[in-house]
Amino acid sequence: MIAVALWSVAALLALASAGVVLSTRPRGSIILYGGCLIATSTLCVTALSDLLYFPHLTPSATLPIGLPWLGAHFRLDALSAFFLVVVNLGGAAASLFALGYGRHEDSPGRVLPFYPAYLAGMNVVVLANDAFSFLVAWEFMSLTSWAMVVSHHREAENVRAGYVYLLMASFGTLALLLAFGLLASGAGYDFDAIRASHPSAALSGVVVILMLLGAGSKAGLVPLHAWLPLAHPAAPSHVSGLMSGVMTKVAVYGFVRIVFDLLPEPVWWWSMVVLLVGGPSATLGVLYALMQRDIKRVLAYSTIENIGIIFTGLGLALAFKAEGLDWVAALAFTAAMLHVFNHALFKSLLFFGAGAVLGATGERDMEKLGGLIHRMPKTAFAVLVGCVAISALPPFNGFVSEWLTFQAILLSPQLPSWGLKLIIPAVGGLLALAAAFAAACFVKLYGISFLGRPRSDVAASAHETDRFSLTAMLVLAAFCLVAGILPGLFIDALAPVSKNMVGNIMPHQVGLQWLTIVPIAESRSSYNGLLVFLFAALCGTTAATAIHRFASDRLRRAPAWDCGYPDPNPAIQYSASSFSQPIRRVFGSVIFAAREIGEMPPPSSPVPARLRVELHDLIWDVLYAPIAKLIGFATDRINILQFLTIRRYLTLVFVALIVLLLVVAL
Amino acid sequence: MNALSDVLSQGAQMSLVLGVAPLLTGFVRKVKARLLRRRGPPLLQPYRDLIRLMRKDVVLADNASWLFRVIPYLIFAGTWVAASLVPTFGNGLLFSWTADLIAIIALLGSARFFQALAGMDVGTAFGGIGSSREVMIASLAEPAMLITVFSVAMIAGSTQLPNVAEFMGSDAVGLRVSLGMAFVALTIVALAENARIPVDNPATHLELTMVHEAMVLEYSGRHLALIDLSSHLKLLLYVSLIACVFLPWGTATADAGVGRLVFGALLYFGKLAGLGFLLAVFETSIAKMRVFRIPEFLGAALMLALLATLLRFVSGSL
Repeated sequence: MIAVALWSVAALLALASAGVVLSTRPRGSIILYGGCLIATSTLCVTALSDLLYFPHLTPSATLPIGLPWLGAHFRLDALSAFFLVVVNLGGAAASLFALGYGRHEDSPGRVLPFYPAYLAGMNVVVLANDAFSFLVAWEFMSLTSWAMVVSHHREAENVRAGYVYLLMASFGTLALLLAFGLLASGAGYDFDAIRASHPSAALSGVVVILMLLGAGSKAGLVPLHAWLPLAHPAAPSHVSGLMSGVMTKVAVYGFVRIVFDLLPEPVWWWSMVVLLVGGPSATLGVLYALMQRDIKRVLAYSTIENIGIIFTGLGLALAFKAEGLDWVAALAFTAAMLHVFNHALFKSLLFFGAGAVLGATGERDMEKLGGLIHRMPKTAFAVLVGCVAISALPPFNGFVSEWLTFQAILLSPQLPSWGLKLIIPAVGGLLALAAAFAAACFVKLYGISFLGRPRSDVAASAHETDRFSLTAMLVLAAFCLVAGILPGLFIDALAPVSKNMVGNIMPHQVGLQWLTIVPIAESRSSYNGLLVFLFAALCGTTAATAIHRFASDRLRRAPAWDCGYPDPNPAIQYSASSFSQPIRRVFGSVIFAAREIGEMPPPSSPVPARLRVELHDLIWDVLYAPIAKLIGFATDRINILQFLTIRRYLTLVFVALIVLLLVVAL
Repeated sequence: MNALSDVLSQGAQMSLVLGVAPLLTGFVRKVKARLLRRRGPPLLQPYRDLIRLMRKDVVLADNASWLFRVIPYLIFAGTWVAASLVPTFGNGLLFSWTADLIAIIALLGSARFFQALAGMDVGTAFGGIGSSREVMIASLAEPAMLITVFSVAMIAGSTQLPNVAEFMGSDAVGLRVSLGMAFVALTIVALAENARIPVDNPATHLELTMVHEAMVLEYSGRHLALIDLSSHLKLLLYVSLIACVFLPWGTATADAGVGRLVFGALLYFGKLAGLGFLLAVFETSIAKMRVFRIPEFLGAALMLALLATLLRFVSGSL
């Protein structure tokens, strides 16, 4: 099994080097993306069969590369297998999408070589079984994705995005490096050795914080999210889909691998920290998303929300595990993992949809779109499925994982510690708010870009996207529905992962009557997506046939009514900013320091009046801006060292030598 | 009970809610009119309206998409399924394990999601204003509702409605502060969700204050009939929910005999009439709020619900 996986990764790396040559050929992108599709599908099938049929085998391999006395260790256990499925399902879908979408690329040489390398990097992170390979693969993944973020480097915005991304990625890796340094101090770099070494509680606590910084910055947890909404939209759309849908999950994998697997039994306050970061990430992320008008940026901010939900689930799992309630921990952990899978599906789908819109119109700004459901009906259908799924509405998959998280929250009064008793209801409230905001956000995204009348000529003359892109989107949409109506299959597939990580599993689901899912006991709660779906479909079609048969099926077209004041100008429609104005007014004044500034010209002046809206990212203002300022100030001071005379340099060297000698002597 | 009678009782429940829902709306309208010293439309007027609308042609805006034509059926299906999962007079519903309270709320959320989309499909200013305000109201009402459900579910130890109802009807429940708070929060949410005064005015047209009516402005004929029927169903759902959770007395249990069922049914109609009467009295005695006062009103519900949940965490008996 692991040999197949490693050979596929090697194939991806080979494709990466071939990409340099292929990028100059006319059909190069098709060969390259086709190759990636085959390699990722192979990996996906391998990992899936491993997860389903051999979850208790943990094949491992050591390759003589990397550190000379260590080699590179790889291991494929249930957790790795699950994340391999997520990574490669997303990778295969992105490659299929790119078979069509990649042809629009102006400068393929800036994307093609990095794309397979990026996929390979993510796979190696998940497979790595020693700290050195893990970190190298992690950096490799960061750098290759950075290269694709700045692939359209002539736009100043993208260059800035790349710069911020590079800084935050380095910061994250530094935190990971320190975490591994602490872990390796007693044992060495090998994960097996670390697992056996049982680090002390204090050291483990520090490692948890460092992991939250390192993995959290890659996943986009608030307040380390600043780079994400800049970098994810800047890349080509299939890469954006991978970064948001898949790479954030690799970060989640890193966190789970170290905190749940390598560290000893958790302490209750770890979960406090995770919950305190996860809950606010969920709500703030989606509130930011609501304020945006760039489609891809909305999607990037919504990733922060979903990562918040995942980390809330992980925090709950830690809390229950620390208190010995491992059967509830299994529920919370399974909910988090299911959301990992679900989010990879619908976020990739939505980014592909945004890519299709971008390809058809050249616009990412919602204020210039509208009415695309008429011009791109198939894309519109797939994106609608994605929007319903991500808004956590039944019968699609997003609802199932949020429902399971809520069920875990409802069991939390059993926790003994007071801090958690006070925090968990608040986190539950934040998740409930996030769910409602997400629905508002995606009503806005879909309603403004796909419904209504076209707001610009490019939107009016848009055309349906190619069939590869459509296939990729429709396949993901079908997955969203299947995972929503048959969640029991997916929960059961996650059992070995949960067994390894929290020591218990959720009750076996498949085989229950009508494929209902029952997380704890039937008297407590149950949900049956299949029946809800069939039931609703039956009600809808019955109503439709009955009414058409017995009442009336006549239909006339006429101009819109609009209370008698229809206006042919499409600017009369609600815009993205006006749609979110009520919510901005209710929540934004505190959270974004939002202000509306009306500039009235003096009487008799021909200048038009203007209404400006000012939004501040308070986290940027409070946290990042002072740090940037401090660094700027310090570099200004140190800068004089660059312009000294040779005499002064020699003096400096001499002083440094004396100081060093003194330190050594003391 | 055997499978056939299970299916029958579930079918009876579904036709019951569908048949009774317009009557409840008619009753509330009648009481409101009487309180205003008007004679008011006959009790059965909502049925006549529905039948008349169904028979009429649909006049579809030129720009309306396929989604616009499908949405009434989606809204109707979602609301009907949700309404038929709330126990009315009997507890032993066949499909009650299909969806718990959280899923029922989410089903209504799906219906609302599509309704807001419908408002934006034709591309008129009124539709946009309705959708935009609807999601603002929903962004507060839905969390308040969810957290209310949390507090009730934690007290009852279940999110399954029949089990909650059974628990609330038993002696174990006692007098609790958190339940009082949850009740107030649920009432506020129910007013907002059903577009009642003071949040929205179900009787208004051609006003900038309207929310629900603005979204469905472009609908006509059978589409409008389905959307109206869904609103009736939603009102019935919330009234039944309040009755089932906070006034659970007399609800027939799963293995009840015919006599108990008839008694439960009579009591259920009594509860509906009582709550409908209270709703009418409340609506006539209060004015509609400004749009930006609504967040404060709903924020109160959210805070009450959160407080109720917190109390449950802090003390098992409050």
